[in-house]
Amino acid sequence: MTYFTFPNAPLLPEAEKLRGEVRAFLAEELRSVPAHVRAASWSGFDADFSRRMGERGWIGMTWPKQYGGHERSSLERYVVLEEMLAAGAPVAAHWIADRQSGPLLLRFGTEEQRRSVLPKIAAGELYCCIGMSEPDSGSDLAAVRTRAEPVDGGFRVNGTKLWTTYGHRAQYMLLFCRTSGGPGDRHKGTSQLLVDLTLPGITIRPIADLSGAKHFNEVVFEDVLVPASALIGEEGNGWHQVTSELAYERSGPERFLSSFVLFAELIRVLQRYPSEHATVAVGRLIAHFVVLRQLSRGVAWLLQNGANPALEAAIVKDLGALVEQEMPDVVRSLVEIEPDAEHTQELMRTLHYIVLAAPSFSLRGGTREILRGIIARGLGLR
Amino acid sequence: MSTLQDHNETGALLNESAGRLFASVLDREIREAQLGEWPEARWRQVEDAGFALALVREEAGGFGVDPAEAVGLLRIAGSHAAPVPLAETMLANRLLTEAGFEAAPGPATIAPVTGTAAFSLARQGAGWRVRGSASGVPWARHAKVIAALADHDGKPWMIRLDRRRADIAPNASLAGLPSDVVKLDAELSDDDVRPAPSRWTCESLTAAGAALRVAEMAGALERVLEMTVTYANERVQFGKPIGKQQAVQQLLAVLAGQVAACGGAAAIAGAAFDALDILPIAAAKVRAGEAVSIAAPIAHQVHGAIGFTEEHRLHFFTRRLWTWRDEFGPERHWSAILGRRAIAAGADGLWPFVTSFGAAQEAR
Repeated sequence: MTYFTFPNAPLLPEAEKLRGEVRAFLAEELRSVPAHVRAASWSGFDADFSRRMGERGWIGMTWPKQYGGHERSSLERYVVLEEMLAAGAPVAAHWIADRQSGPLLLRFGTEEQRRSVLPKIAAGELYCCIGMSEPDSGSDLAAVRTRAEPVDGGFRVNGTKLWTTYGHRAQYMLLFCRTSGGPGDRHKGTSQLLVDLTLPGITIRPIADLSGAKHFNEVVFEDVLVPASALIGEEGNGWHQVTSELAYERSGPERFLSSFVLFAELIRVLQRYPSEHATVAVGRLIAHFVVLRQLSRGVAWLLQNGANPALEAAIVKDLGALVEQEMPDVVRSLVEIEPDAEHTQELMRTLHYIVLAAPSFSLRGGTREILRGIIARGLGLR
Repeated sequence: MSTLQDHNETGALLNESAGRLFASVLDREIREAQLGEWPEARWRQVEDAGFALALVREEAGGFGVDPAEAVGLLRIAGSHAAPVPLAETMLANRLLTEAGFEAAPGPATIAPVTGTAAFSLARQGAGWRVRGSASGVPWARHAKVIAALADHDGKPWMIRLDRRRADIAPNASLAGLPSDVVKLDAELSDDDVRPAPSRWTCESLTAAGAALRVAEMAGALERVLEMTVTYANERVQFGKPIGKQQAVQQLLAVLAGQVAACGGAAAIAGAAFDALDILPIAAAKVRAGEAVSIAAPIAHQVHGAIGFTEEHRLHFFTRRLWTWRDEFGPERHWSAILGRRAIAAGADGLWPFVTSFGAAQEAR
């Protein structure tokens, strides 16, 4: 009985050639960026960096050229993603649009939406945010309350979206909302809209996370008039569309590399006096990363071949989040230090950042429990 | 010279016949093997199917099966708890034929298995004398031939040893299978002694064995997952199958994740076997061992008391898994090797070190 498949993704010479180019680019870009800043990884926002990525053709890599894409393989894209994450490049501006909004529009969007939005995303100039979570709809996405009422020429939107990462910097939101029926209808009557965040009636308020950092937001819609042309795909098909968007969201290497910068700083310190205990602990983590990469590249290969690896992606994200979250405790068990944001040693400062960021690793993109529920369904238990 | 397609087809055929052959293994056979009986009839079938030569290179008398596919045979054997020394014989025959010996005319095993030299070899008259002792040698008492590495002048030499020349002290693994002490103090002729091909050392022999064990572990874990899911769907408590309880579903999801990780490890180890690429095999063995340590307790927890009985077949798999995670180097052994290399790579070389694992496979 086979419940899941993780194929051996082939190693393409063009992808390895690209790896060299990406490393050279990053060495230059990140030359003077300290580890505790790079530790933010895909939470780090830098519009100029994103534009330079776009210039090099590293956003929208797999998309058709007619929409500003570069028609490269998903494995080449994977190389760019993992190199960015491992180095801690500030990719947040374009990350969501490249990962899920663009692919969603390619698959379900109108020709006008594709022509107007995708080339700008690929250029690293247009950013999107996710419009899924709400005050009463977190893991239970079908409990969505935000309503887009069909009116003459479009929709009138009312409701609140929450935890909207970089909503204050993005130009567009991919809004998941209800266009008919009520919460009792669950999956039915939901749709997705491509919403211009400059429209009147939208208020974006920052929410500080537990460290005080402000990257996510509350986005309130009050009688916002959205044109009919904003509808993505079909009205009422929102559930099917948003679940495929989630598959893109969960499949990437950002699900196990969030703490990698901390791992590298640990090595920098251990190198002076590597104890046997520390050596064994480091070797174990290497084994985890090597196997996670094998599985994660398998997911990329499944995507390349048009499969829907929702189950495989959930497995990789669940396994990856465990390693990401374990990293600060591994560091603490091997080096007698305290996290310190002002310390001269980068390990202390990076540890400070990661300890405070780590709780989010098993929340964002689907909580651990939801992912395990998806896996249990894949096993035929639900 | 056979083409890649021929390789794959031979591999597919071999896998198909292994599926049939091992699916017919009876619980009785598994129990008898654990009581020390030699499963002659089953071994005869395994040999007749050609599995013993699956890792032998075509130019040395093999069938030219893609080595990664040949290693896949062991995943199937592991998924049926096949009570035969298939991994050991496949490896011994690879070792023997690479050194220019004939393949063994029956079941075979390898020694030493712990990564450090156990036997020393010295000139004696026109021949040789080999001395030493190796423990934990799987299936030694039933082997016709032991392919052993012995130290001579600081270099590894290969010995094709008739098992009757060895003094075997029987012992059993956690799985109840032969895991014997092989003591040697024997004269050998030139016919049975050769310099080992350069890539074969005690360490690489242990890595080769580890790669095969990881494949067996992946197969056994896949079976454990299937058994545990089936049981959770069938066992009714509080008026519904226990698999409907979220607490149990979450456990099974964790189990599935570990099975996936071990499967990934097996793919890595299988691809690294032919070139004896030690670091990927090390990573695979470490991750597979950890998968066992997480997965086996969950399987037992979900099975409850019945899974703790001798009568239930769950322990055919979990006891093997607890054995295999330690054989050919436990996690600590391989983690230390990986860790030393990672620390030597340094902070800035750490990520290139991680990605080098895939790159090595590409080169082949």
